[in-house]
Amino acid sequence: MPFIPHTDEDVRAMLATIGIDGLDRLFEEIDPGLMTQSMDLPEPLEEWEVTRLMQGRAAQDRGTLCFVGAGAYAHHIPAAVWQVASRGEFYTAYTPYQAEASQGTLQVLYEFQTMMAALTGMDVSNASLYDGASALAEAVLMAVRIRGEKSHRILLPETLHPRYRETVRALVHNQGIELVSVPFVKSDGHVDPEALAVWEQDGYAALVVPQPNFFGVLEEVDALTDRVHGSGALVIGVVNPIALGLLQPPGKWGRQGADIACGEGQPLGAPLSSGGPGFGFLCCRTAHMRQIPGRIVGRTTDHTGHPGFVLTLQAREQHIRRARATSNICTNQGLMTVAASIHLSLLGPQGLRRTAMACHTHTAQLLDMVLRLPGVTRVFSRPFFHEVALRLPCPVGEVLEKMQRQGITGGYPLGQDDPTLENMLLVCATEILRQEDLERYAAALREALA
Amino acid sequence: MSDIKRQKAVRPVIFAESRKQRPGAVKGGDFQDTGIIPERFLRTEAPLLPEVSELQTVRHFTRLSQHNFSVDTHFYPLGSCTMKYNPRACHTLAMLPEFLQRHPLSPDAHGQGVLQCLFELGEYLKEITGTAGVSLTPMAGAQGEFAGVAMIRAYHEDRGDHDRTEMLVPDAAHGTNPATAAMCGLTVREIPTDANGDIDLSALKQALGPRTAGLMLTNPSTLGVFERRVRDISNLVHAAGGLLYYDGANLNAITGRVRPGDMGFDAIHVNVHKTFATPHGGGGPGAGPVGVSARLVPYLPVPMVVRNAGGDGYRWLNRDEAPRSIGRLSAFAGNIGILLRAYVYVRLLGQVGMRRVADYSTLNANYLKARLQKSGFQIAYPDRRATHEFIVSLKGESERWGVSALDFAKRLLDYGFYAPTIYFPMLVPECLLIEPTETETKEELDRFADALAAIRREAETDPELVKGAPHHIPVPGGGLGRLDDTRAARKPDLIWRRTLEHE
Repeated sequence: MPFIPHTDEDVRAMLATIGIDGLDRLFEEIDPGLMTQSMDLPEPLEEWEVTRLMQGRAAQDRGTLCFVGAGAYAHHIPAAVWQVASRGEFYTAYTPYQAEASQGTLQVLYEFQTMMAALTGMDVSNASLYDGASALAEAVLMAVRIRGEKSHRILLPETLHPRYRETVRALVHNQGIELVSVPFVKSDGHVDPEALAVWEQDGYAALVVPQPNFFGVLEEVDALTDRVHGSGALVIGVVNPIALGLLQPPGKWGRQGADIACGEGQPLGAPLSSGGPGFGFLCCRTAHMRQIPGRIVGRTTDHTGHPGFVLTLQAREQHIRRARATSNICTNQGLMTVAASIHLSLLGPQGLRRTAMACHTHTAQLLDMVLRLPGVTRVFSRPFFHEVALRLPCPVGEVLEKMQRQGITGGYPLGQDDPTLENMLLVCATEILRQEDLERYAAALREALA
Repeated sequence: MSDIKRQKAVRPVIFAESRKQRPGAVKGGDFQDTGIIPERFLRTEAPLLPEVSELQTVRHFTRLSQHNFSVDTHFYPLGSCTMKYNPRACHTLAMLPEFLQRHPLSPDAHGQGVLQCLFELGEYLKEITGTAGVSLTPMAGAQGEFAGVAMIRAYHEDRGDHDRTEMLVPDAAHGTNPATAAMCGLTVREIPTDANGDIDLSALKQALGPRTAGLMLTNPSTLGVFERRVRDISNLVHAAGGLLYYDGANLNAITGRVRPGDMGFDAIHVNVHKTFATPHGGGGPGAGPVGVSARLVPYLPVPMVVRNAGGDGYRWLNRDEAPRSIGRLSAFAGNIGILLRAYVYVRLLGQVGMRRVADYSTLNANYLKARLQKSGFQIAYPDRRATHEFIVSLKGESERWGVSALDFAKRLLDYGFYAPTIYFPMLVPECLLIEPTETETKEELDRFADALAAIRREAETDPELVKGAPHHIPVPGGGLGRLDDTRAARKPDLIWRRTLEHE
């Protein structure tokens, strides 16, 4: 009986204390017609058998050299991150309802909030949401709450990750929010601030600004932010935390800075793991702090004045406010924030900046190499961070299949989301790729194009 | 002496150990100035991150971990949260490097291992919940609820039934139920509970009508009893044109004994971090797979794993192949690493083990209930059979000795037990919602019952002792007294600032 510690003698004694004569009696209040007769599940396995099974499954997933980013990024995770984050005291605790017996988790979250606010240049951070895309949906709902009845229109640029656009639609469309697409400049891969003029007459609640955007391109965040604020609307920044080691944080965009910043935290200590778990982060200005969804930790004192940490501002949350809560979120991605806090402590400001620079450098080097191949050109002319779109002289699908046979996952085909981007490939190189990996990529692409 | 103890109780924030230009643990890779990024895009001020060594980092976070109670270190009878043992094998096997290193957009051919695990987990969940289709993508219970309610709404809209905008929710429900209905643009109508802990059927009948989108029900309910007339309820709701949502928070009580699908539910979420022993992680990550009856299958959220035609291999099913799907709830496919842990758990337990989950979690709860009843505690529904959890009401203790449920909870920490859920459900005054789970021994339950009985004696003879708790929580840093929630909310201090406290 795996994990059930009862001896026969225990069961007899416990049943006697309860005053019944068998386990079946425990279910006597249930309509006998409802009782399950049988379940078609496999026979139990011993731990060594499951180990063999899973090792066999894992072997089928043995990776290739991967040049795909598109929202999930391979970075080095120092060994210390998961050795410490996997400690049972973090791994098997829950939401710190009893603060005095949960100071470890609470202090980590307070430090996490501090680090995320510092990275984004904002005043306040929550203690995590599910992922970057659902965090953006929460940011959109938050912006609509802040703007009240003035406008329920949200501008989503076409340079935003297509899966983020899909997720936002699925999560907010039942609340009467109008999502409007803002087109991008086809040659540049960015949103022209002038393009916002169309919506200024009728007004809108917020513009979402991805930096870098889905194509890896840097948006004119200062001009966009000032233009949006000029219309009385809010700016929601969607940012990559590694890029923030190098790029101006949303809090510093334009004259006043963005109002809300969110994104995917996976690059901070979370393995790719087929896409999850990572975590979503959400930061904002102090003025909007009571509209933020999810858990927040605050520092307080005990009766003798000694500092300690508690969950706070809980009047926003579902367990108190029920149907009028800021969100239905309860369990979030707690353990991933422990990993992120350890990861960021190991990086420090210098390590983070150097990681960001190395990602950018490797992508620039890869671009140099592939632009020498016949027929390969850059799609967008503007500056990029660690992803870049390539135009190939032939259909992308075949090229990717050929590269796959060489053990290389060659990039993300942009045409699958936007037919006008047929034959275009989004490639990414992070700090963990070596010079020889970049050369291998270029050689494989050359061969695939031949 | 006590001052030294107190100082030890508080660990400075990691930023206090930071020194400018301290060589960090991670170099971060080689780089050069590419000249590509113009200066206006560049950060002008380094972020406030700690500048500490690897040892300082490891020591800091290891020490912080020791300030926690956890299932691994303490009995953690948090009601409605199923704090059972999290098998180590599940963690180790989900952390195999090939699983961790797989990019979510890698070709399906390079993920047949993980896809097969996910496909099979979906099949097991269909079997365990008695449903026709499952999507694993929701990232926690509340997102599973969102998926379920959004599907119910989409179903009505597809049929042109646009007036069905009212969701019925029992007053004992988890807060996520009404919050989810609101996120789906529905209005919430509360249904009262009768004196025996069952839903008030006459109130339900009155509430049902052409505006009813559905009913969200937790069964066993948060009152720790099984809703006996569940078949009548499902017949009534269906007859009125509504659908039934099952909150799977309490699935641990019935796994292998009764299936939500057989009770008539149309949509069900499963908290794998409860019933399937995946970690709670201090507040996630969880996973909230959602199962549905046949009529809701077309609306399941994407992506989903399917088996290729001919049974050869597995692949992701995306939006274009599921045109009526409620869509995508996150950028990729959910918390796959957590789902792998759940998969390993089911394989370890198998058919026999999964059935024993309900038997022994219910046995433990009823035993603990009987023990506490014998020591004079008031049980909320004393004549009902407890499920996997039960409620003690401390209303009498509070009236007699002025000692509240909160005081009992804090005093339990001094005894080395995490506290049960308190003040939920709100129907029962001064309540403790106690869920021992099946993985605890009789001896541990006895120690807990003895501790509660001892606290009850303290409450009678020395109420100030209990009201002043905690006094000496047995973990490092446990010297803290009761923390001031009101101050935290009135003067929010949510991030550390160097200017406020420079060490």
